[in-house]
Amino acid sequence: MSAHIASKKLYIGVWLALMVLTVVTATVSRIDLGAASAAVALAIATTKALLVVLFFMGVKYVSQKITVVVIVSGLFFLGLLLILSMADYGTRAFK
Amino acid sequence: MEQQRESAELGMWLFLITEIMFFGGMFCAYLVYRYMYYQAWEAGSEQMDFWYGTINTVVLICSSLTMAMAVRSAQIGQRKALVAFLIVTMIFGCAFMGIKSVEYYGHWTEHQFPGPNFHFDGPDAQHVQIFFFLYWTMTGLHALHMLIGIVLVGFIAYWSWRGKYGADYYNPVENTGLYWHFVDMVWIYLYPLLYLISHKHGR
Repeated sequence: MSAHIASKKLYIGVWLALMVLTVVTATVSRIDLGAASAAVALAIATTKALLVVLFFMGVKYVSQKITVVVIVSGLFFLGLLLILSMADYGTRAFK
Repeated sequence: MEQQRESAELGMWLFLITEIMFFGGMFCAYLVYRYMYYQAWEAGSEQMDFWYGTINTVVLICSSLTMAMAVRSAQIGQRKALVAFLIVTMIFGCAFMGIKSVEYYGHWTEHQFPGPNFHFDGPDAQHVQIFFFLYWTMTGLHALHMLIGIVLVGFIAYWSWRGKYGADYYNPVENTGLYWHFVDMVWIYLYPLLYLISHKHGR
């Protein structure tokens, strides 16, 4: 089985989506959303990162599942690092 | 050959996982200090140049498109298009570094580099200094990755021009592409985390 070759249209579509999301996050950041603003900014950044990983990096079309396992396990350990650190610092009674 | 290509791709992803953990440590430090000194983070973010950050984000997204198109050109064996897309990718990369240099120069002359010459008018100067420490470290290491990426793409462009890569062999082009997209992705997170914290943008 040979590698999947994505169409030009798909790449340009992904690029357009990334540009639109950049304009959205830049515009929204000028509005005071309080505590929600970080969540919105990170949600948009994660959507952009997913677009890059799935299409530009071709993970959606990757031919062997072991690559996906490696990526997901890497993200799992990154999650452990961030979540356990914040579970510590976020729950200290005094700083 | 296909199995070799798949193995090379898997190996590249293993390397990128180590890169995720490398940057992850800094993102973790960022998160902890942001939680502890949120007001200093807001004050520091207001010193960021909104337009330089936004334009650089756009530049990197465009460079990712040309990189993806370069890999595609290699896959279908179009040598001229491959070389052209790689050169355009390098130009975008250099544009990013140019804008970043101008930005760094501004922060440097305004005493926003942590150390004995650091100066910040306002409360919490010490904690704003921690913000700037993380700003310089994270964007600095990102910029180092960009430099390595530009040199890598340069070599790949030279070998592509010499006709080394085609539809049956393009692992180095593909893996350089993966690296380039990864560095772009780090910036996708750095941009909102450093530039867009406060809704009152500095400049």
